[in-house]
Amino acid sequence: MAATARPISPAASLMSVGGPVTKVQVTVNGQLYTAEVEPRTLLVFFLREILGLTGTHVGCDTSNCGVCTVHLDGRPVKSCTVLAVQANGCQVKTVEGLEVGGKLSPVQQAFYEEHGLQCGFCTPGMMMTATALLERNPNPSDGEIRDAIRGNLCRCTGYVNIVKAVKSAGKKMQAPPASGGSP
Amino acid sequence: MFPPQFEYYAPNSVDEAVALLSRFHGDAKVLAGGHSLIPLMKLRLASPSVLVDIQRIPGLSYIREEGNHLKIGATTRTNDLLDSALLRKSYPILTDAAQEIADPLVRNLGTVGGNLCHGDPGNDLPACMLALGAEMALAGPEGHRTVPASQFYKDTFVTVVEPNEMLVEVRIPKTSARQGMAYHKIEKRVGDFAMAGVAANLVLDENGNVTSAGIGLTGLGPTAIHATRAAASLVGQPADEAHLRRAAELAQEESQPSTDLRGPAAYKRAMAGVVAYRVLTRAIARAKGGA
Repeated sequence: MAATARPISPAASLMSVGGPVTKVQVTVNGQLYTAEVEPRTLLVFFLREILGLTGTHVGCDTSNCGVCTVHLDGRPVKSCTVLAVQANGCQVKTVEGLEVGGKLSPVQQAFYEEHGLQCGFCTPGMMMTATALLERNPNPSDGEIRDAIRGNLCRCTGYVNIVKAVKSAGKKMQAPPASGGSP
Repeated sequence: MFPPQFEYYAPNSVDEAVALLSRFHGDAKVLAGGHSLIPLMKLRLASPSVLVDIQRIPGLSYIREEGNHLKIGATTRTNDLLDSALLRKSYPILTDAAQEIADPLVRNLGTVGGNLCHGDPGNDLPACMLALGAEMALAGPEGHRTVPASQFYKDTFVTVVEPNEMLVEVRIPKTSARQGMAYHKIEKRVGDFAMAGVAANLVLDENGNVTSAGIGLTGLGPTAIHATRAAASLVGQPADEAHLRRAAELAQEESQPSTDLRGPAAYKRAMAGVVAYRVLTRAIARAKGGA
């Protein structure tokens, strides 16, 4: 499939004010984007302000809180501490890329069912970390889940329901597809 | 929060990187995982006018035994240390340290070379390299040179790496039978820098006497500290409680902590001894075949 370069929003041109720009090509949720950015542009800014993918949040902006977590070439990272130029040529997956065909992913469904969120601010990052964990380890223990989300802070509910949601998502991912699904 | 403006280069070889560092002598910084440098730049504590991104240089990310050494490439990620079965089995001090560095997300980008070259006395790998007697291999315009870890750190954030040089590899002497090593730190909160951290590496003879020892301290001075008196006190001695306690006391004496947000100097010094004893005990247990 030939990748299409999408037109970039007007915010992109703002980024070229004041400094030399460099071209980056990043595949985000399967779609190739090309943009000219200043080298100091952070990946989270690129995603939110240039591509308009505001599901990824900015919290502490100092790589502590983890709300900006996205997958970079399959690994969860804090996008507030990655330059867009560092992601040049890479695959990025954001929370917008979790659902498939309008259907919530097992992790999203489990966070919904287990009340794994209250205000929802940490949720995108929490779900990206959880998704990466379950891809590596579909049946994690409570301890392994808590260790995996060490870099994601939740300030409302605490972590009990988040851990329950991740466990439940792991079970969903292992369960045989429900009857009536595609053969 | 944006970093200040800079020019960005992504060389494809060490030679190219060194040429860039030479060209912008002193104005350029090496960018690896970026998890120390980018926060410093956002806070305007660093504002290099050029960044040389070494992550795209092929062949700088590896963990392998070769000849008499374990060799680790500069851009090896912290989580690669944690995932390595070789390290878990034969160099568990690095597994210990990796799982105490920041959090899993940061470890996916943070590199071994960055952790070592940043020169932050709170970083965990420098103390491990001191304990292990590692050597740092640096590439510069005149070729390569190696520097022992014990001569690598000059002051806080200052290493012997010249502005036109970069770290390419860390070389650690291969482990032998009856060798044990461990690392641990006390943190104020999970994922924080150490209030007190200790790395220990010991070799026993068949009678259980210590034949060689290395001890490094994290977060207990202006740089990682090579606790040579503590280590020397163990050599030739039986690895019993009295000798481990004495070595821990000496490590405490060799620490030079200062009071900061992570705690008062007196507390950190006291904890240096506590952690040293725990880590030495663990290293001895491992040397005797335990976990």
